[in-house]
Amino acid sequence: MFDSLSSKFAGAFGALRARGKISEKDIELTTVEIHQALLEADVALEVVESFTAQVQSKSLELLSTLQAGTNQAQAIFDVVNQELTEILGGGARRIRFAKKPPTVIMLAGLQGAGKTTLAAKLAKFYKDQGETPILVASDLQRPNAVNQLQVVGASVGVPVFAPEPGNGVGNPVTVARDAIAFATSKLHSMVIVDTAGRLGVDQELMSEAIAIRDAVSPDEILFVVDAMIGQDAVRTAQAFQNGVGFDGVVLTKLDGDARGGAALSIAALTGRPIMFASTGEKISDFDIFYPERMASRILGMGDVATLAEQAKKAFAGDSAKKLEDKFLSGEDFTLDDFLEQLEAMSKMGSMGKLLGMLPGAGAMKKQIENFDESEITRTKSIVQSMTPKERRDLKVLNGSRRARIALGAGRKVSDVNALVDKFTAAQKMMKQMRNGGSMPGMPAGMHAGMPGLPPAPSKTVPPAKKKSKSGNPAKRALENGTIS
Amino acid sequence: MGLFNRLVAKVRGTSTASALDWSEIETELLSSDLGPSLVTELLAAAKKMRGDDAEGAIKEILRSKFSDKSRALSEGDGLQIIVIVGVNGTGKTTSVAKLATHLDSQGKSVLLAAADTFRAAAVDQLRTWGERIGIETISGKEGAEPASVAFDSAKRALEVGANFLLIDTAGRLHNKSALMDELGKLKRVVEKVAPISEVLLVIDATTGQNGLTQAKVFSEAVDITGLILTKLDGSARGGVALAIESTLDLPIKFIGTGEGATDFTPFDPEKYLAGLLA
Repeated sequence: MFDSLSSKFAGAFGALRARGKISEKDIELTTVEIHQALLEADVALEVVESFTAQVQSKSLELLSTLQAGTNQAQAIFDVVNQELTEILGGGARRIRFAKKPPTVIMLAGLQGAGKTTLAAKLAKFYKDQGETPILVASDLQRPNAVNQLQVVGASVGVPVFAPEPGNGVGNPVTVARDAIAFATSKLHSMVIVDTAGRLGVDQELMSEAIAIRDAVSPDEILFVVDAMIGQDAVRTAQAFQNGVGFDGVVLTKLDGDARGGAALSIAALTGRPIMFASTGEKISDFDIFYPERMASRILGMGDVATLAEQAKKAFAGDSAKKLEDKFLSGEDFTLDDFLEQLEAMSKMGSMGKLLGMLPGAGAMKKQIENFDESEITRTKSIVQSMTPKERRDLKVLNGSRRARIALGAGRKVSDVNALVDKFTAAQKMMKQMRNGGSMPGMPAGMHAGMPGLPPAPSKTVPPAKKKSKSGNPAKRALENGTIS
Repeated sequence: MGLFNRLVAKVRGTSTASALDWSEIETELLSSDLGPSLVTELLAAAKKMRGDDAEGAIKEILRSKFSDKSRALSEGDGLQIIVIVGVNGTGKTTSVAKLATHLDSQGKSVLLAAADTFRAAAVDQLRTWGERIGIETISGKEGAEPASVAFDSAKRALEVGANFLLIDTAGRLHNKSALMDELGKLKRVVEKVAPISEVLLVIDATTGQNGLTQAKVFSEAVDITGLILTKLDGSARGGVALAIESTLDLPIKFIGTGEGATDFTPFDPEKYLAGLLA
């Protein structure tokens, strides 16, 4: 998502960068373009106007202080980046934990926003951080909402408090109240209350939501909103704010291609930050929302911070260290190491998502979306069909061995050959890097720090490693046109 | 005063309309999700208008945006198969149940197929609806191939000689090409048993301009024959549906206006226009 917005911004700044000296007129033209781009992305008019006014006045102010010759376009780009981060809600905020557990989180939103799925994602997220959450089925309206919560709860291993069958039977307020008592007695540290979807204009259901709120006194009320929502986002958000009230916003279905502008307006108009974003159907497709990272993504600068974070999580300390030592000691990088890396990568999430976080990803949007995830599995299966000896030394691979491997992996011999060729090339490249040679295609100056390779801070190593290895399957999939 | 009346008043007294008033009306029109291009067109036409028939003229412009295709469900001899598709959370399962109720009340025999084998408890949700209405729901095992469920249900519907088979599918975001291919497969497999008479796309009235993209992509994957516009009982005016009608020539066939099984009616263009400009 945000991709089309991103390309519009790229266009506006491209024109600005092409100028040597920027005039006031240029700034005006740029803001007009930004204005249009935001409107097309469903951003509420009110927000668009105040945003462009801010950008324009700040840029003009800045312009007078900038010497010709310094990079004026970059300075103005920075202003836009800053303002964009601001409308996205400033710095990221975390959940406020209750002083005395349990911490109570209540979810509210329109029908179909994705509350029930989100409840499970949230529970998993905090369970992984050592909390002991419990899910509460207070959506007694929609047929089988209770059942759905039980299923997703079981899939993340979080208990579900569901004394009522739902489907119109039972009182959601009583369920919520009993849930708190239950959670306290069983020492659950967190209670997540799933409520029925309701429209902002439905007074009756809104008072029910208020009654649930008063019964459980939540520490956080999260407003769950579909990223595809249109201009009604503003009215709905205001109705919820005036009704049950909310402390933070959760954006769902961010993996679609919606421009999400209206959803973004909610943060600006209600002054409530977007706290979480949900980006897919898998339980793990969920993260804290970082306004500054999203701003850089919209502006086409990629989201390297998240990428690095995920890499760090996936490449557990040991294997990264082992590899680093191996690299420094001059040992060859073998297929066994490669396999280990592939496995770590699958832990990081889908390749499509990872690639999408790289700067300039917007240009390869189509390929990334259609990236064939099973390519990694296929590559893994080829490596796994080799004997330990073969993995250590590719030179022993004669024709009959290759045929055996292909048979074992269920692939063609040509697939095995392609992998071997690519891997040999990668091995060679690593040797060159170690010897202080520059990597083809790497910007000059990149290898300046390389000769002798002083022990690099281990933090920066994983992304670099990832790059060389992910290159194989990713590039191959892209070359092959990916669709299987 | 409603937006429409204000617009008409503005046109009548063109001489006194200031740029500020126009921008206010523009904001209102934009807020109904008609989309920037339709709004620009409408305003340009309205600004040129003079005289008393402004009211009629403006409505006429909007009316001209509607598709000319029939809004009735296609009828014929034998089994009519209707597939319901859409992105996640638009209200497909609920719409299937409502459509079944609607057809049932007309004395037709209806069968439901739960081909949403992905979302947790979706099959049960449809089954519960089926029990409430008193009609049979065909389902497979959890995680079963949706196409196979659809295939079995089509065979079953032929066997019992039902008038209608409504196939509920899993919600899918239209930019996931593998999922869209799955939909194409479902269609091909079902058509081995009997032809599909309608594929209805469910659009949530709160959706913004993305609704247009949804309709485009779904049309490419399976031939959409019409729309169901849901959640019109909220504050959203569902302007994007008109944009879809005019751009893709797809008729809105039904609207959903609540959570009850009977909160569902055939689409009435005049009522919709009135709501749009209220």
